[in-house]
Amino acid sequence: MADPTITLEIFRYRAEQETEPSYQRYDVPYRDDWVVLDAINYIKDRLDGTLSYRWSCRMGVCGSCGMMVNGVPRLSCAAFLKEYYPDPIRVEPLANFPVERDLVIVMDDFMEKLGSVKPWVIRDDTPPLSQGERRQTPAQLDAFKQYSMCINCMLCYAACPVYGLEPRFLGPAAIALAQRYNLDSRDRGRSERQAVLTSEEGIWECTLVGECTVVCPAHVDPAGAIQRAKVSATVDYYKDALLPWGKR
Amino acid sequence: MPGNWWLINRAYFIFMIRELTSVFIAIYLVLLLILINRIAAGPDAYRAYLAFLATPVMRAFHIVALAAALFHSITWFTLAPKGLAVRLGERRIPDAVIIGSNFAAWIVVSVLLAWIIL
Repeated sequence: MADPTITLEIFRYRAEQETEPSYQRYDVPYRDDWVVLDAINYIKDRLDGTLSYRWSCRMGVCGSCGMMVNGVPRLSCAAFLKEYYPDPIRVEPLANFPVERDLVIVMDDFMEKLGSVKPWVIRDDTPPLSQGERRQTPAQLDAFKQYSMCINCMLCYAACPVYGLEPRFLGPAAIALAQRYNLDSRDRGRSERQAVLTSEEGIWECTLVGECTVVCPAHVDPAGAIQRAKVSATVDYYKDALLPWGKR
Repeated sequence: MPGNWWLINRAYFIFMIRELTSVFIAIYLVLLLILINRIAAGPDAYRAYLAFLATPVMRAFHIVALAAALFHSITWFTLAPKGLAVRLGERRIPDAVIIGSNFAAWIVVSVLLAWIIL
């Protein structure tokens, strides 16, 4: 009996030689311990060296290899062939982003949004290192740890129909990372981030479809982060309106 | 994105159905406001309006609106823990407790209203 194979239908687009994208079929060996990324690496090494895609760690840490696998945003290093075998697998670049080439998307928009929420600890009085580390209790760590697990893979943006329809939306990961620092006991920069978070393109664009949380490979729960940001922004509003003399 | 984006993905479809249930609830509220207006207009107007509400089309609408309200409430309560991260001391209250207390409050308020009205 011949060794089993599986077919990958891969999105191809090379701006210098074609005006419209197309799909190219490749038959690769089927192994039940292979993931989609292994199959794509096999194509690149043995069948067609012109295929372009991003990858690095092949173990769900780097967040580089996000692709649409049969229409669902997945890390291709975590999508096993056996989930799809014997059916063919369609692999496309992440939805909602412009395509640079083949499976490579342009991520400038996400990088810009990520920077706009200032994802770092902000405070005026950073004590010198000679004073030692700034300790946190387990509870203080627990308050933001989940959001700090984000690997910037952008699967949540590909899953979000709001971002697809309104690309100005700040988006799930950027808001989750803003919350990661807002909830950090060492941080004093919340008011700086709120201007971006509560802007027209910020948290209020979210209609809670919830798919960002479903596809997140790091269990960050961006949908939860956004809803909690909405609750605290609302509390701010009422504090301002009812207690104008009060200090937040 | 294509106009049918919400038809090609099950999760998007359920989201869209939940949004669309609001239309039925809004129409129901308009009918309720008209009812109050008819009560103010006198017994004959009230009786005529009740007869209108008893027509098969209106009965069918109310059944659909009830189903829509139930679907909306149940899916929305299930999402409640997303927005509420309540802490008791060191521990975060589990999602199931938040969902359960929402449902419990819903039942208590419904029973209370039923007791007042019926």
